[in-house]
Amino acid sequence: MAGKKHRIQISKDECKGCGRCVPACPKKLISVGKEINIQGYLAVVASEPENCIGCGACFHQCPEPGAITIFEIEE
Amino acid sequence: MSTEKIKFGRSNVFFDPFERRPGPIKTNMHYCPGCGHGILHKLIAEAIEHYGIQENTVFIAPVGCAVFAYYYFNCGSISVPHGRAPAVGTGAARATPEKYVISYQGDGDLGAIGFNEFIQAANRGEKMAIFFVNNSNYGMTGGQMAPTTLPNQVTMTSPYGRNVETEGYPMKVCELVNALEAPVYIERVALTGTANILKARKAVFKAIENLKNRKGFSLVEALSPCPVNLKMTAEQVNEFIDTKMTQFFPLGVLRDRSAETPAGNVPEEPVRDPEGVKKLLFTAKEEGAADAEKIVNNSELFNDERRIRVSGFGGQGILSLGHTLADMARLRDFNVSWMPSYGPEQRGGSASCAVILSRKAIPSPLVDSCDLLIAMTKAALDKFGYQLKDDGILIYDTSAMEKPEVKPGQKVFGLDALAIANRIGNAKCANSAVLGALAAILGKYALTSEDAADYEKVFTEAITESFRKKPKVVEQNIAAFNAGRDEMSSQLA
Repeated sequence: MAGKKHRIQISKDECKGCGRCVPACPKKLISVGKEINIQGYLAVVASEPENCIGCGACFHQCPEPGAITIFEIEE
Repeated sequence: MSTEKIKFGRSNVFFDPFERRPGPIKTNMHYCPGCGHGILHKLIAEAIEHYGIQENTVFIAPVGCAVFAYYYFNCGSISVPHGRAPAVGTGAARATPEKYVISYQGDGDLGAIGFNEFIQAANRGEKMAIFFVNNSNYGMTGGQMAPTTLPNQVTMTSPYGRNVETEGYPMKVCELVNALEAPVYIERVALTGTANILKARKAVFKAIENLKNRKGFSLVEALSPCPVNLKMTAEQVNEFIDTKMTQFFPLGVLRDRSAETPAGNVPEEPVRDPEGVKKLLFTAKEEGAADAEKIVNNSELFNDERRIRVSGFGGQGILSLGHTLADMARLRDFNVSWMPSYGPEQRGGSASCAVILSRKAIPSPLVDSCDLLIAMTKAALDKFGYQLKDDGILIYDTSAMEKPEVKPGQKVFGLDALAIANRIGNAKCANSAVLGALAAILGKYALTSEDAADYEKVFTEAITESFRKKPKVVEQNIAAFNAGRDEMSSQLA
């Protein structure tokens, strides 16, 4: 697994801002954002999404089916 | 060039988008922010996808927040009445053994109203997987006390905290099931930190694997966050589950007999022939009816559908009158329906029945407008009089009421059926006298002479069939029929 790169993508309008993913990220990439989304929630944002290690913790914490997607980047 | 592939993303077992969900938002589930249902839904969807059973899965949605699970899971779904998921699941698992039945229930559904269904299904070791979401309150209705509410926990309906003196202790569902012989796999998990969620994922996978291998009954209880009703943040609710709930609901595997339980037989997929079934159900009778030799009574009156309402009070033979009519039509190859409706009393109270005679399939036995109304009491006429069609026929009992007012097109006939029956010597034959009167009426207004004769013949056949062990009763009924017919004929003359 070492060497593989990952990217996290957060779909802003699917997030309900519950914040479960924030403490879950071992790299502390995720924080609650400042913009209100289409559903009226403060959606979370990922800073430096390319620093994601692809552990999937945030995905499993997230109660929404498609709010968080993690990509594996193949060189 | 680098390419990206999804490592963690939306499961294919979910609809995309959620077309069934009303409202503009089709990408999200309807659950509150931070709800554990979504987390467990995702784990189940992942497991269904992993084991490749999506096409044959029957997902039973409970009553509770997850009632709309069928918006989300793209597999067979049934929404069932409150608490009845294991009962329906039993039926589904037995009637279609090639399917994989998943029951998904909350603590009100499983722990309270449906506990009996649940524990009986567990005791029988039905081949299904049950996911029990325990969030320590009734989430959908606004956070009332549930069987799983902790001692001293404040909820809507326990404002001073749950008092164990009066409300008892939290219900330990997994431990109760562990007392039974049949279940194969029982585990309690928590949907809190990532480590716990990954354990939950393993448990869900195990339950689905057992389901796929048809090993028997698997139960996974998930301690689930309900931040909105518990009025906590996501982190607080995780802490509440990890420190408070686990005191009463210890996590872990209570039983795992998956390894020593042999895999069940995988039944062959039955041959599905929807067209054949449709033909069997809906056209076979009509084809038979087209056989001209079989139909004796093909008078125009009966070429279509006839709807009949018979009403009076209990004990007057109302229901058997309708039943005899239905029997007569059945003997002449009509499709018939007979639907009784009566009070709880054995005698007295109101009684009525709806009869439909048709050459076509009868989609529903309900009658809300009728061609023939037989009213034996004034109350019955008041109740059902409005149902009579504008060209309908009304027969009433002259001892019960004055001649009622009717619309111009309607025909009305009175008969003192009870007096006729008493003359015969058996008051119970009054209904046959009414049928006799009907013979005279139909003979004059509707049936041709051949059919009119057949009407009498079929009455005799029907009544003989009903009372074949009591020849004397048959005789009296035929006498009452004849007397009723003669009485009505003289009125009509």
